[in-house]
Amino acid sequence: MTSADANLIDIIQFLFMGIQRGCIYALAAMGFNMIYNATGIINFAQGEFVVLGGLMMVTLTMALHLPMPLAFILTVFFVVGAGILMERLTINPVKQPTVLRLIIITIAVSIIIKGAAMIFWGKGSHYMRHFSSAEPLDFHGATILPQTLWIIGILLVVVIAYGFFFNFTMTGKCMRACAINRDAARLAGIDDRKMVMLSFALSAGIGAVAGIIITPVIQMDYARGAMLGLKGFGAAVLGGLGNSAGAVAAGILLGVLEALGAGYISSHYMDAIALVILLFVLFIRPSGIFGSSEAMRLKEF
Amino acid sequence: MKRMILAACVCVMMCVSASVIFAGTDAYHVGCVFSITGKASWLGEPERNTVQMIVKQINDAGGINGHPLVLYIEDDQGDNTRAVNAIKKLIKKDKVCAIIGPSLSGTSLAGVPVVTQDQIPMISCASAAKITTPVTERKWVFKTAPNDSDAARNIFAHMNAHKIEKIGIMTDSTGFGAAGREQMKAIAGEYKIQIVADETYNPTDTDMTAPLINIRNSGAQAIINWSIVPAQSIVPKNMKDLKMTIPLYQSHGFANIKYAEAAGEAAEGCIFPAGRIMAVDTLPDNQPQKKVLEAYKKAYESAYKDHVSTFGGHAYDALWIVTDALKKVGDNPAKLRDELEKTKFVGIGGVFEFSPTDHCGLDKDDFAMMTVKNGKFVVLKD
Repeated sequence: MTSADANLIDIIQFLFMGIQRGCIYALAAMGFNMIYNATGIINFAQGEFVVLGGLMMVTLTMALHLPMPLAFILTVFFVVGAGILMERLTINPVKQPTVLRLIIITIAVSIIIKGAAMIFWGKGSHYMRHFSSAEPLDFHGATILPQTLWIIGILLVVVIAYGFFFNFTMTGKCMRACAINRDAARLAGIDDRKMVMLSFALSAGIGAVAGIIITPVIQMDYARGAMLGLKGFGAAVLGGLGNSAGAVAAGILLGVLEALGAGYISSHYMDAIALVILLFVLFIRPSGIFGSSEAMRLKEF
Repeated sequence: MKRMILAACVCVMMCVSASVIFAGTDAYHVGCVFSITGKASWLGEPERNTVQMIVKQINDAGGINGHPLVLYIEDDQGDNTRAVNAIKKLIKKDKVCAIIGPSLSGTSLAGVPVVTQDQIPMISCASAAKITTPVTERKWVFKTAPNDSDAARNIFAHMNAHKIEKIGIMTDSTGFGAAGREQMKAIAGEYKIQIVADETYNPTDTDMTAPLINIRNSGAQAIINWSIVPAQSIVPKNMKDLKMTIPLYQSHGFANIKYAEAAGEAAEGCIFPAGRIMAVDTLPDNQPQKKVLEAYKKAYESAYKDHVSTFGGHAYDALWIVTDALKKVGDNPAKLRDELEKTKFVGIGGVFEFSPTDHCGLDKDDFAMMTVKNGKFVVLKD
C-alpha cells in the first residue's frame, strides 16, 4: 500500500466518523429549530431529550428484552410524552412568557430531567446492542459500522418526514404560519398555544430518535445531555436558527470538521474546534451560513 | 398547618440535639472528602459506602478505646475548588483530626497546600505519585492508592517479556490521565520502550477513531489506554470497529467491572495492572491479603448489592489506618501524623509499610497483572 492510499483511507475513515456524529448534531439542531420557530426560544432541555431516548431504549431492549422496532416506538412515545408534559407544566402556565424567562425555565427543566435520569438509571454508562450486526464492514480499506448506516438512513427518513409534514399537511402549515408571525396566525384562527405544545412534542420525538440511534455507538449516561445539546445548538446557529435544511447541512459539516480536526490536529481539542468554528462563523455571518439576515432582523431573539 | 410547622420544628430540634449529644467532646472527628456525585462518582460512591460501613462497625463495637468515631463526609463533585473548600470547612468548622480523601489526583493535589498549612494529616485515595512525593514537601500527606508510576512499571515489564518496543499511549485529560502520561513518558526509557504516538482525549468524547488511526499509522506494537473515565471503554470498541489487533493495555483505572461490561466483547483479552481485590477468587490461599479481601468483598457486596471495586478499598485502607493510629495515640493531629508514618497494615490495596521517606507504603508488587476473560477479571498467568 502506498502512503497516498493510506492517507486516503484515513480521510475516508474520518469522514465516516464525522458523518456519524454530524447526523446526531443535525437531529439535535432540528429539535432546537422546531421549538425556536414555534416560540422564539432556545430549549436547553433538548440534549436531555436525547439522553432520555437513549436510556429508555436501553431499558426496553437490554432489561425488558423487547424487540427493537417495538422498543423504538415505545421510547419515542415516552419522550414525546415527556416533551408534552414539560410544555404543559412549565411553559404553558407562564403568565408573561418573555424569551428570557422561558429560556431560564428550559434550563431548570434540563437540570430536573438530568437529576431524575441519574436517580432512575444510575450514574454508570449504559451499553446497548447494535440494531443489526456489530461487525464493521470494509469499504476500500476503511471500516464502517452497520450502525452508522442505520444512523444515516434514519436521519434521511426524519428529514423527509419533516419536509413532508411542514409542506403538505395542514397542521404543519399552521405551525409554519405561527413561526412566521404568531399574531397574524392567531388572527387567522390558528390555536397558537396548541402549536407550541405540538412543537415540544415533535422536538422531543426527534431528540428521542437521535438518542436511540446513537446509544449503541457511544454508550449513554445521564450527563451526556449538555454536550449533545451544545453541539446541536452550535449546528442550529451555524445553519441559521430556524432553518432546518441549514441545520442538517451544518450538523454534518460540524461533525466532519470535528473529526478531521481530531485526526489532523489533536483529539484533545475536538470540542474546542467545533466551538471555534461556531464563533468564527458568528463573527463573519451572524445569521449563520444558511440563514437569511433579513429574517433574522424580524426576530425578537 | 400550624401543627405541622410545630412538628417540623420539634423534628429539627431533635436532630440538632441528637447530633450534639452524639458528637460529644470525647468523640473522634474524622473528615472525608469524596467525589460522590459528578463525573467521578463511581470513585466517590464506593468510597463513601465503605467508610459508612466501617464507621458503623466501629461504633457498634464501642468506638475507638470508648470514643465514638464521627465522620463528616463532604462531596467535592470532582471539582478542585469544591475540594479545597470542603477541606477548609472540615478543618475550621468540624475540627477534624484527619482527612480521608479526596478521591481524585487533581483534587488531592489541590488539597495538599491546605492541609500542610493547617497541619492536619490527609490520606488521599488517589494514585498520582506526585501526591506524596517529594516527601519533604508532603509532611502531612499520605495515600492508600498505589502509585501510578508502579502501575506503569508493571505494564512496561510485561511488554519487555513480550518483546514489545514501540507503543502508542492514549490518556484522558483528567488529573489521573495527565499524571499517568507524565509517568509513562518518564519511565518508558528505563524499559527501553519507545513511545511513538501520544494521544489525549476528553472524558466527554464519544469516539476514539481519530487517535486510534494516528496510533495505527505510527507503527506502534501495542496501545496503553490510561484513563479513569467511562470513555475509556470506547477505546476497545473502536479498536474492534477499525479491526486493529495489536494488544491493548489499560491502566489500573480500568479496574471496575462496569467498564469491562460497557466495552462488552471488545474488552476480552486486554491487559491491566490492578489491586488483587478484583480477582480475589483466583488468589492462592497463602496470599497474605486473601482473608482481608474476602471479608471486605463479602461485607460490601451484601450491604450495597453492588460489585466491589479497588476504589472503595482505598477508603477502607485509609479509614482503618487512621483508626489504628487513633487507638494508639488519640486525636492530636501532630501525634497522629507521627504514628501514621510508622504504620504497617495488611489491607485491600496491598501490604502497607509507611516510613518517613515513603508516604505511599505500597510498591510495584502490590499490583497484579489482570485480563478480562468471559466478562470477568482474572489474574494473568504469564
